[in-house]
Parts: sequence; structure tokens; C-alpha cells
Amino acid sequence: MAILVIAEHNNAVLAAATLNTVAAAKAIGGDIHVLVAGAGCGAIGEAAAKIEGVSKVLVADDAAYGHQLPENVAPLIAGLAKDYSHVLAAATTNGKNFMPRVAAQLDVDQLSEIIAVESADTFKRPIYAGNAIATVQSSAPIKVITVRATGFDPVNAEGGSASVEQVSGSGDAGVSSFVGEELAKSDRPELTAAKIVVSGGRGMQNGENFKHLYSLADKLGAAVGASRAAVDAGFVPNDMQVGQTGKIVAPQLYIAVGISGAIQHLAGMKDSKVIVAINKDEEAPIFQVADYGLVGDLFEILPALEELV
Amino acid sequence: MKILVAVKRVVDYNVKVRVKADNSGVDLANVKMSMNPFCEIAVEEAVRLKEKGVASEIVVVSIGPTAAQEQLRTALALGADRGVLVESSEELNSLAVAKLLKAVVDKEQPQLVILGKQAIDSDNNQTGQMLGALTGFAQGTFASKVEVEGDKVKVEREIDGGAQTVLLNLPAIVTTDLRLNEPRYASLPNIMKAKKKPLEVVTPDALGVTVTSTVKTLKVEAPAARSAGIKVKSVAELVEKLKNEAKVI
Repeated sequence: MAILVIAEHNNAVLAAATLNTVAAAKAIGGDIHVLVAGAGCGAIGEAAAKIEGVSKVLVADDAAYGHQLPENVAPLIAGLAKDYSHVLAAATTNGKNFMPRVAAQLDVDQLSEIIAVESADTFKRPIYAGNAIATVQSSAPIKVITVRATGFDPVNAEGGSASVEQVSGSGDAGVSSFVGEELAKSDRPELTAAKIVVSGGRGMQNGENFKHLYSLADKLGAAVGASRAAVDAGFVPNDMQVGQTGKIVAPQLYIAVGISGAIQHLAGMKDSKVIVAINKDEEAPIFQVADYGLVGDLFEILPALEELV
Repeated sequence: MKILVAVKRVVDYNVKVRVKADNSGVDLANVKMSMNPFCEIAVEEAVRLKEKGVASEIVVVSIGPTAAQEQLRTALALGADRGVLVESSEELNSLAVAKLLKAVVDKEQPQLVILGKQAIDSDNNQTGQMLGALTGFAQGTFASKVEVEGDKVKVEREIDGGAQTVLLNLPAIVTTDLRLNEPRYASLPNIMKAKKKPLEVVTPDALGVTVTSTVKTLKVEAPAARSAGIKVKSVAELVEKLKNEAKVI
């Protein structure tokens, strides 16, 4: 029984979420192989070979896999999957995009965003925006799974010495093409990997006021997140959104500023180790999950907080 | 062109669900049900494409219990032309739903299929992609912008680092993200008119699809509750607690 893990990368660096996914594979048990599909992704293949616990790396280097278009990548993965008991990918927008397509090609159900491995066929996953945790058992011959990175501690990126093998698939399916990409630039740590996250909501009032959060975050070495209200109001770009429909984070410290705490937002951050809420409304639901709450005007609190930390 | 929109009846997003005492599932008795919010966005997008003259007919389909007719009527009141209910009292997995939708696609031959990116009950985020695999159509998931250009559709997608644009051959599948549009409300006259629009009810058997599942839910539990926190009086106290008690900064 071997497990195939699909590497998450952008053709330049191997994403940290791959390490969490390998950790989930390790918890299932078995030989772990990693597939790197991309265009000019040889260096990613070498990085993947160094991951602790990985025994083989498959590299599919083809222009058709450059932006991991699901129409092209899914047939490649489905073709390889027949030799494996489990196929795992991180529950990133990429993994969520191609994995169900792989599952349907293999005619098996998929398990989305598992947070724990009970045994090789039994897993835990959150449903209803994290308000319930389901334990599910799969009898599918090939288990196609996406892994919520925050549910697993990453394995070491170094220490492995896997063999690297070139593989090829059917290439371009010819039904879709990549046009362009617009990536938000940020010098701060990545939201899903940060130890500390400072998030702002509608209470920030405008995008300009987010500078208070940025300067606090820079002092703490934190990433900056936002609630859906702040994104919809145009204060910040949507890739900063934390919640059921945005990113799921579980940092050591989560500071929610001017966020009421709707269940959709809590779904994205309630596994944080320590939650701090700063809100002027003492009835705000966020205080029900906060370890430390401070009621008051955020525009007075934030500068004072920045000075003291 | 003809557009097929899939909608799902789910527990209303404002309801705080409770897990049943016997851990068999979530208590849905006497809970308000609504159209899944992402499906509302899908219906809205189809109606806008019709208003722009791109779409000629909108067929809305739901797979679920008899009561899902309510959600189909809502979609009809918002501007869909006719409804199809694939009636099934069982709880179906995404793959089964995708297979049923494939049968409807084969029958209706739409140029564009629009679905929500995920249902807020199962949080699976699978059906659209699976339908893509079964039909062989290209997929534009997590769409924040959709433009039909001749025999292709340009889809701007929300991805982890920002936005990505892809060009798909028609027929294609689009799944909606939150920022694609703001759904309208159904007006009372339109709700009345929707009652007269055609709504066909079929069974999975009639579509020639057998629904099986390889996934069994063993139990459903409430998530671990967080222990009650405290309210601090001042910023100084907060920083002191974070440094010395929680030791996180």
C-alpha cells in the first residue's frame, strides 16, 4: 500500500502545505510518493525529494501542467492513482480545484478537508462551517482526500533522500487555457502559516485604517487577515479573508479587531491556540470564543497595544 | 444559449446547528431551510447573462427531497424559466449528485452549467469539478467574473494568492465564489408568477442513475468547546497576560 501526495507549488517554491499533507500521509501509514506536476519544475522535484519520509518523487514536467489546470492535471493524477491506495492533496484552491475531478474520473467519492486520521479508512472532517465534526469511513478502492493543513503538524522539509523519477501524462486536454494571474504582493508571513495573525473587520471603517493593523503586525511578525465584511467593503483584497469561504488558520495567537464573530468567520479561526478580541460591543459573539477580550475603541487600543508589545 | 443552474436546499446560513445527542448527525427538525448562498449567486449570474442577451433559457435543477421544490420556486421567482427536481429522500454524496446532474446535462444540452462552489452543510466543494470530469467539460471554479466571448467563456477565479484568469471552451462549468455578484431579492409579483412556471419532477431511476456511496458517516460530534475566556480591563493587562500567562508573544 502506497500513498500518493500531490505537491503544492507555484513552479518556484514548494508550498509549506505539502509538508502538512505528507504528515497526514504518514499518519495513514505506508510508502509515501510525491507527484510534482508543473512546467520547469525540476527544482521542486529536488526539494520534494528532501522531505522527511518521502520514498519516491514523480516529476511530470510539461508546459500543459504549468498552471495546474484541472482539465490537464486530473487525467495525469487519475492515471497514476491506480497504483495507490490513497491520493492526497492539500485543501488549497489548487487541490480543491483538481482533486474532485480526479475522484470522479476514478469513480470514487472524495473526502474533503480532513483534520484527523483515525485509521487508513476512517477520517475526521468538519461540516456545517466547523459546527460539527463528522467521523467518516470510506470503502472506496482508492481514497481521494484533501487535507486541511492546519489539522496536521508539518514534517521536516529536510532529511529525506527520495529517488526522483520522470513521468508523463496525456498533456493538454485542449479545452482550457491560462490567460493571466494577478497576485497580491505582501512582505508579511503567509496567512495560513503565520504564528500570529492580526485580523480586521468592518469595525476598521475603511482600508486606510488597516495601516494600524499592518504596523502592529510588523512589530509582532504577524500576518494580517480580514473578515468577509472587510473584504466585501473593499478595505482589503479577498485573499486576506479568513473564514468558511476564505482561508482556514490556526495560529498561536489570533487577534480579532472590530470583528463581530459570525459563525462563517469563526469557522476559519476557532482552532487558534489563543484568541484575543478587541471590540467596542461587549455583546459581540466573538467574546464567546476569545480567551482575552478587551472592550473599547480600537483606534485607541491599537496604538497603545503597538507601543506595549 | 441555454444555461443550467444547480441549486441545493440547505439549512439557513444564519442557523447555529446542533449535533444530535446520539451523535448520528445534525438536528435538522424544525430548522429554517433556504437555498445555499452560493447557489443564489449562481442563479443571479445566469439571470444577468439572460438580461445581457447571452442566455436564452435558464433551467434550474435541484436534487433532493420533495421540499426542495421551494428552492426551485425561489429560483424561478428570481428569473429562471423552468425547474427540474430529481427527487431523492436519501442523503446523496457529491459524486452521486454529479452523476445525476450529468444525466440532466445529457438531456438538456446546456452550453453553460453554473453551480455554487460549495454547499454550506457538507462543505465538500466537489460537485462542479466532478461534473466536469463526467462531462469532459472545462471548469472555472471559484469564479469572481464570467464573460462569454463567442464559443468560449473567460472566467476570473479566486485563488490563494490573488486572482487567476482562464479561458474555457463551451460547453463549460462554472462554480461561483462570493464576490461574483450580489443576488437580488424575489419580488412578490415574481413569486406569484413563479408558481405558474413549469417544474418537472423525475426520479434517479428515470434518469438511469443508481446512487451508491462508499462513504459512511460513523458519528457526528460537536467540536471541542473553547473554555470561557476573560475580559481584561486595559491594554497593559492584555499584553501582560499574553506575555506571562499565554506566553504567545
